[in-house]
Amino acid sequence: MARLTEENVRLAREIIGRYPKARSATIPLLHLAQEQDGYVTNDAMAHIGELVGATSAEVYGTASFYEMFKFEPVGKYLINICGTMSCALMGAEELMHHAESRLGIHMGGTTPDGLFTLEKAECQAACTEAPCLQVNYRYRFRVTSENFDTLIDQLQAGELNSEIPAHGTVAAVRQHIPADRGVGAVAPEDVTEGPAWLDGKAAL
Amino acid sequence: MTTIDTNTESSEMPEKDPNAVSITINGRTVEAQKGEFIIAAADRADEFIPRFCYHPRMSSVGMCRQCLVEVEGPRGPMMVVSCMTPVAEGQVVRTETPQVKRAQEGMIELLLANHPLDCPVCDKGGECPLQDQAFSHGAGESRFVEEKRHYEKPIAISELVFLDRERCILCDRCTRFADEVAGDPLISFTQRGNNTQVMTFPDEPFASYFSGNVVQICPVGALTAEPYRFKARPWDLEQRESTCTTCSVGCRTVVQSSRDELLRYQGVDSDPVNWGWLCDRGRFNFQSVNSEDRLENPQTKAGDSYATTTWSAALDTISRTIRHATPGSVAILGGARGTNEDAFMWAQLADALGVTMRDAQLDDGLPASIFSYPQATIDAACSAGTVILLAPDMKEELPVLHIRLRDAAEKKKIRIIEISARETGLTKHAWRSVRAESGTSVTAVQQLLADSAIAAQLASGPVVVVAGRANLAEDAAHTMAAVDAVLAGVQNASVLPVLRRGNVRGALSLGLAPQSGKDAVAILEASARGQVECLILLGADPMNDIADADLARRGIAGAKFVVAIDTFLTQSAAHADIVLPAAAYGEKDGTTMNLEGRVTNVVQKITPRGTSRADWMIAAELGLLLGHDANVTTLADVQKLMGKKVPGFGATTTSVAVKRDGIVVTVPTPTRTSFVAPTITPRNSYEFRVDVSRKLYDRAVGTITSPALANLATGVSITIHPLDLERVGAAIGANVRVSNAHSSIVLPVQSNEKVPRGTAVIPFNQPGADVRELIRHGDSVVDVRIESM
Repeated sequence: MARLTEENVRLAREIIGRYPKARSATIPLLHLAQEQDGYVTNDAMAHIGELVGATSAEVYGTASFYEMFKFEPVGKYLINICGTMSCALMGAEELMHHAESRLGIHMGGTTPDGLFTLEKAECQAACTEAPCLQVNYRYRFRVTSENFDTLIDQLQAGELNSEIPAHGTVAAVRQHIPADRGVGAVAPEDVTEGPAWLDGKAAL
Repeated sequence: MTTIDTNTESSEMPEKDPNAVSITINGRTVEAQKGEFIIAAADRADEFIPRFCYHPRMSSVGMCRQCLVEVEGPRGPMMVVSCMTPVAEGQVVRTETPQVKRAQEGMIELLLANHPLDCPVCDKGGECPLQDQAFSHGAGESRFVEEKRHYEKPIAISELVFLDRERCILCDRCTRFADEVAGDPLISFTQRGNNTQVMTFPDEPFASYFSGNVVQICPVGALTAEPYRFKARPWDLEQRESTCTTCSVGCRTVVQSSRDELLRYQGVDSDPVNWGWLCDRGRFNFQSVNSEDRLENPQTKAGDSYATTTWSAALDTISRTIRHATPGSVAILGGARGTNEDAFMWAQLADALGVTMRDAQLDDGLPASIFSYPQATIDAACSAGTVILLAPDMKEELPVLHIRLRDAAEKKKIRIIEISARETGLTKHAWRSVRAESGTSVTAVQQLLADSAIAAQLASGPVVVVAGRANLAEDAAHTMAAVDAVLAGVQNASVLPVLRRGNVRGALSLGLAPQSGKDAVAILEASARGQVECLILLGADPMNDIADADLARRGIAGAKFVVAIDTFLTQSAAHADIVLPAAAYGEKDGTTMNLEGRVTNVVQKITPRGTSRADWMIAAELGLLLGHDANVTTLADVQKLMGKKVPGFGATTTSVAVKRDGIVVTVPTPTRTSFVAPTITPRNSYEFRVDVSRKLYDRAVGTITSPALANLATGVSITIHPLDLERVGAAIGANVRVSNAHSSIVLPVQSNEKVPRGTAVIPFNQPGADVRELIRHGDSVVDVRIESM
């Protein structure tokens, strides 16, 4: 259980600064919390609430809507195997069985060394490359049992570290947007005119 | 062809409301207002459209889709949700076509897909909108054969509220209420799709002062209140509409009972007052009326304990004491807990006996001359351009007024300027909030008035000053002088006095206001000097409520003979020579006056406990024994007499309005006096100025005798700024010694960066060390030293 670190609070304030309303930063901050701890802790949610001016319950309500935020620890590598139509036709079930026996866990479980979590996923929009899977949301296409084993070997050996960061890290490189490059979004209540295509007429 | 002079014609025609819209519902023409939703217009026209999520006092969300109706559109009839579709000129709405019926039946079927239909064991059964509308607008059977959702049932989401997620239909009423109305969004929809559920944050309960309202507005049995769970069936309840007198907001309620026992209060929507909402303290303190500890018979002191006696013997003793007392040595304290009729009859008796020592307040409000200023109503405050707060934290003391002001500020109908020693519940809704240390509010007002931006705001529209006692450790004259300063600087400002006690305004207006300056403090001082031979405590508990504990002790001890008329043996009543049992709220009829002067009725729902009587009966009978027969035998007699003697009360006895929204009554007020802020002595080594005020849950007798509320008091503590805490050198939660020239107490310390440096906040009347030991009446402000131990 951990609140955001000092370094991350600085980042959080930078992120909040991008929005006309602090609350709009809730989801980016949840990603930040997940990057910090590998999952979203209760303390982090309470901390985010303090930072954006919401109650912990509101942050939890928002966060829990999204499958990609985890509230329990998951492995360093979260492996989502697609089980929807195309992948199912191309052997997803066999792949899942293989994954389970290779890692010694059931779908939804985490290996005792804390390295892998297996999950069954819905369509990942790569139907032409079925069966597919994602490791920390990084694709692997046309996965056979053999190249699944190779993938696990490589992950265990740390060979893919540069390509696949630990679970929670959205992007390996964090972008910093200087204040003068921001889009300068206007708060909804401050919008007085309708959009240009409405020819100056106020929307509804 | 005749020409019509359109100019004269139109000048005689009533001006057409530019916002009026005419629509047709089921063939009938209905007048509506622009921006209104179809369902609201239909409600006014008595065309019922089924609904679950729609609530007229909250924003529409279109969650449940039950209110589908047909609206004629350019491509034929369209199905729309009537709670989200605004009316438009010429709109044709049909609510009962076969298509609409089919759609509504389909919605019920979907809503019931996961609903457990455990109506026989559900508290809501019998008054359940889902049950009722499944019957009136449902198909009668379901095509779903799938397994329903299963959850652990029920789970406690707070000390008072239970949640059964299986029954929930996800209408968003409770979560919307918590967010929009109460401003405590501690419950939220969590998860998604079929797993969606209302939930609190893990280990953070729905501890809102308004949590009971979500139980009332839940359209199914998902939310139930602990004090009412499995207590009765709705069809066994009898009810009468009444007014809550827990505080002086005067929320309308229905009082419900079964087998002569109060079982529930529900909020009633009174437009000028509470909009249907209640606070939890007002909603659940019915338990106090049913308490085992209620006084049932007159008691007379026999040594250290009490012996039960008869009414005639008790009243005989009292009348003999009064008759033999030196003229001018009888005093009456209290009256704010009773009805107008109670206060009026006691004032009549006092007049007849020549009793000048009387006060309905216990030095915990403002002088009664606050009513001599131009008066404002709650509605006036909630629609004024500017509201100036010189008041206590209304969320703690007058919760539903807090809801009204918060709503007005959120909807940008008012701008709040707050002058307070520390943050309150309304601070984050204030346009400007200035921190003025206790004793400096006059200076703060003068500085504000000198600010050009604020002067422009004040000049832009009506100004209402909400005035009350923010700090019990500060002389009330500071607040009065600050109100004077506002009124001197702002043309046409009016005042909404926020005195807290239930019927304090009624009691003060009907003759229990101090005469020639002899207020509660003066009375107790006289008593301490041995000048009071008979002290009558009319539901007053000075030992608990007078901010100066020492004065209360000396005053009670000094009185030669003390009569307590109360529902419980309070701390003060325990010092009385004779204790008379009073009928409680719900056990007597009458009227009450809220903080704005609105008179509404209170009703008897159950039989008074034991031999207890209404206060007015006791006054009438004592009068009879003392040779001052007021010639009243019924409440109607009292009301007739009151109407005759008190200008403004004539209409209240006959009007039906007192049975709902009430009548704002103006009674002649004491002459207006101006106040000067008392001087403040230098602090010397007492470096913390104390801010003492009430929290919603304290040791008030109605709260501690209600089991559901008794444990909600936070307990006493002293809160200072974190940097001050560092200087004091104590750890959070550790005991510190707080002392001044008068006394010293030991209590735990807390820190909060919202408390200004040099200020120490201590809640009043909480379990634990008694802050009143540090307060002496007449002190301008109270400064203390804090030492770690």
